Amino acid sequence: MAEHGLKPLCALGEAAPKAVTIGPVTITERADVALASLAPRRGREDEVRAKAAGIGLPLPGPAAAQAGAPLGAVWLTPEIWLVEAPFDSHEDILGHLKPVFGDAASITEQTDAWVRLDVTGRDLPRLFERLCNVDLAEVPDGFATRTVIEHLGVTLIRRSAGEVTLYGPRSSAGSLLHALEVAAVSAF
Amino acid sequence: MLIPHPILGPRDAQEFVYLGDAALIDRPDGMTAGVEEFHDYLYQRDNPAGVHRELWYHEQGDRSWLVVTRDTVTHEILGAELARDVARARGRSK
Repeated sequence: MAEHGLKPLCALGEAAPKAVTIGPVTITERADVALASLAPRRGREDEVRAKAAGIGLPLPGPAAAQAGAPLGAVWLTPEIWLVEAPFDSHEDILGHLKPVFGDAASITEQTDAWVRLDVTGRDLPRLFERLCNVDLAEVPDGFATRTVIEHLGVTLIRRSAGEVTLYGPRSSAGSLLHALEVAAVSAF
Repeated sequence: MLIPHPILGPRDAQEFVYLGDAALIDRPDGMTAGVEEFHDYLYQRDNPAGVHRELWYHEQGDRSWLVVTRDTVTHEILGAELARDVARARGRSK
């Protein structure tokens, strides 16, 4: 490896992931997740399902996300999932997935395309009713959808009543955090 | 206005982008169709007062294209299907 003096930065621009607490809510940047999109080629959906089952990768139905160890997945649109894996063990996520699926699926690395913010705490619906269309109090655990927060297309996942995961565009990470902070100050 | 997404259920129309007449799916074959046919495909639209089939894109959602059947007089939405399914049913493969 060549010697260089470069330092990796997190999506919010600092050397370590940022965490902000406002009232009962904590917003935590997550830099420890590797991502890839998985799209079965047409006519090979059953083959992809079988291969996914073979490596313990869940492929949840519409508007759902399923965590797993080590692999989890989020439904994005018909026949496309976002695969989540621990960064430490799966930094080269394509190297893990491509040999499994071969040419049965199109797989694209997404790790550095997104900023992941985990929002935890109580009264989360009070926060998100100010931010987006999703009725967080009504949707079930494991619900996942794309929605708009402050003009940004964001994938929102309700992990539980007290935990929400957001995937937003990485280049707008600061704007997304700002939107969450402003809404949190207003709500609490 | 709510669009009854065939997979995701009712979704706010603000999440969608409107394209226009669903006849856009029926693009003429570029190798065989004449210039008249392409002219009509590009420029000629019916503008019915009543039931209209149109393309909507769920841009701020799952990014699927839908064919929405809407009454242009009352704005009642009579149905929505995935444009993919509509196109395949018409023999379009892509």
